[in-house]
Amino acid sequence: MNITLVLFLIFIAITLGITYWAARRSQTAGAYFAANRRITAWQNGWAVAGDYMSAASFLGIAGLIAFNGYDGFMYSVGWLVAYLTVLLIVAEPLRNAGKYTMADVLAYRLSPRPVRAAAAFSTLTVSTFYMIAQMVGAGALVALLLKDSHISFHWAVVGVGVLMIVYVVFGGMLATTWVQIIKAILLMGGTILLSILVMAHFGWSFGNFFNAVTHVSYHDPKGAVVVKDFLQPGGMYKPPYGALDLISLGIALIFGTAGLPHILVRFYTVPDAKTARHSVVWAMILIGSFYIMTTFLGFGAAVVVGRDFITKNGGINMSGPQLANSLGGAFFFAFICAIAFATILAVVAGLTISASTSFAHDFWTNVVHKGTERSPGEEVRVARITAFVVGAVAILIAEFLGPAANVAFLVALTFAVAASANLPVIVFSIFWKRFNTAGAVWGLIVGLVSSIVLIIIGPNLMGPQANAFIHAPKAWFPLQNPGIVSVPIGFLGAWLGTLLGKREPEAESKFTELEVRANIGLGAEQATAAGGD
Amino acid sequence: MPNAPVSAKSSPGATGGSANQWEQVAAMEEFKQLLKAKTRFIVPATIFFIVYYFLLPWSVGYHPQFMDKRVWGPVNIAYLFALSQFFVSWIIAWLYVRAARHFDEAAARILARLKGGK
Repeated sequence: MNITLVLFLIFIAITLGITYWAARRSQTAGAYFAANRRITAWQNGWAVAGDYMSAASFLGIAGLIAFNGYDGFMYSVGWLVAYLTVLLIVAEPLRNAGKYTMADVLAYRLSPRPVRAAAAFSTLTVSTFYMIAQMVGAGALVALLLKDSHISFHWAVVGVGVLMIVYVVFGGMLATTWVQIIKAILLMGGTILLSILVMAHFGWSFGNFFNAVTHVSYHDPKGAVVVKDFLQPGGMYKPPYGALDLISLGIALIFGTAGLPHILVRFYTVPDAKTARHSVVWAMILIGSFYIMTTFLGFGAAVVVGRDFITKNGGINMSGPQLANSLGGAFFFAFICAIAFATILAVVAGLTISASTSFAHDFWTNVVHKGTERSPGEEVRVARITAFVVGAVAILIAEFLGPAANVAFLVALTFAVAASANLPVIVFSIFWKRFNTAGAVWGLIVGLVSSIVLIIIGPNLMGPQANAFIHAPKAWFPLQNPGIVSVPIGFLGAWLGTLLGKREPEAESKFTELEVRANIGLGAEQATAAGGD
Repeated sequence: MPNAPVSAKSSPGATGGSANQWEQVAAMEEFKQLLKAKTRFIVPATIFFIVYYFLLPWSVGYHPQFMDKRVWGPVNIAYLFALSQFFVSWIIAWLYVRAARHFDEAAARILARLKGGK
């Protein structure tokens, strides 16, 4: 039997055990949606890191660096620095003012129904798109990793989908959190081991390592040998729009991370704002170390394995696993592949719970039923059903798109929507007294629509390439990342909407309440007793 | 607006907070000091990290020759500058955690005064 499959089955067995344990503790809403708010700082730090370090970053960034050199590292930097926005601006007020979802903070002083409806729509959009990207990636990866075991793309997608539904429907936030923690530990362990093997390969000398990185050779598509200095910037981001695209990517990352619903909900799982703060710091230590190591993985793969070999054996996303294969042999390869798969599984579970919580809490209870449950436990029941539906829809769409689908743009879209739609309204509702319902609804809608439109008419989806969504000689919008335009539009929409909308004396008078609550935690949700009920 | 904000009201799991308490806290000199102290840290720190971060894509994008200057064996400014972003972020986070200890103490004092009924 295939070693990867065995390792992966072990991971599944452990996580299903946790789900069984968590299911018995996840009966009440506080338990199901927020793990009773009893997750500790280091646990949540690992879980945040786990939610964040998706396969896109583990496989994707290592691959980008292995193929393009220095420019790939630009992603890594933005991905860490973004956490300063979370730490300094969002995490603590969010924890103190909200209950289960991002919209709690927005609805605190504003008219809850329109705001929650718009926020739920934005959350579901972000989560579903991101999930589809992960599922298609998972299917393609598994089909490749397990090709000896005859598991096709279709069965791999169904497998990932069913497991994620089981974690979320039965285990709720507690199970999802522990799946993230275990996956993050495995991922860190695998990455550290791989980095050590790379350094050992170069005789523990950074000098040797970086010298090799300056002479990376491979064949270009015409068959000519190319020798390139991989430390040199400009491998990916070329004129005329490269520099602008790089800045635009940075804007989406720095402002988008603090608007990602599946990251924000993590801060409701801890007892108080201080723990939320410490968990961000834990996450920053882990995420930072991980992304620094992506350079060892990426440069290592470029030098040790070589672009030619990787292209023929799985393509750019297999750079990390192929590096493991050539440095550590078949078992280590299997281990890294199993980690990559566990990573995808954990991330989709995290997305599913944030999407279903938002639907049940924001849309069902607060928009449709005006803030009261019709029967005890209804909110949790609705969330479980939603998780099932969201999972099923994601499976169907991923099956429909197939393994060759161009899904990279979905990740860019996720960050752009989070930065352009969610962050402006979060920041304004915490810091701007005059902010009102019209501003929140307009900010969310304008930010969402502008990012989606700019992606559709951008070079990812529009152009002469064969898999373009719209065939045209040239994309109308020249940048892959719309952030540099859509984030200002999102802020502008929220600001103009506020000024043009009716003044809301109630919202303005509640600003004092929110300010007190956000800053000293008076009135904040507290942890509940162990066991939940 | 027909529907007043009803959500996020104190639920069974919340730590109280009644209408006059919010006003009472907001009027406290100590609370005003806390807000000022937080702003004094958070605003400059945020401006600094945003400027420092965007210097990187800007200089890599518009001044690639300068960034490619080798300063430590084969290692260029571009790599070291990118690496420095990680350490600068960690240092800012550490400074914030240190400053936030005082914020927590101030918040605890305010809550204690409120409980004491003063």
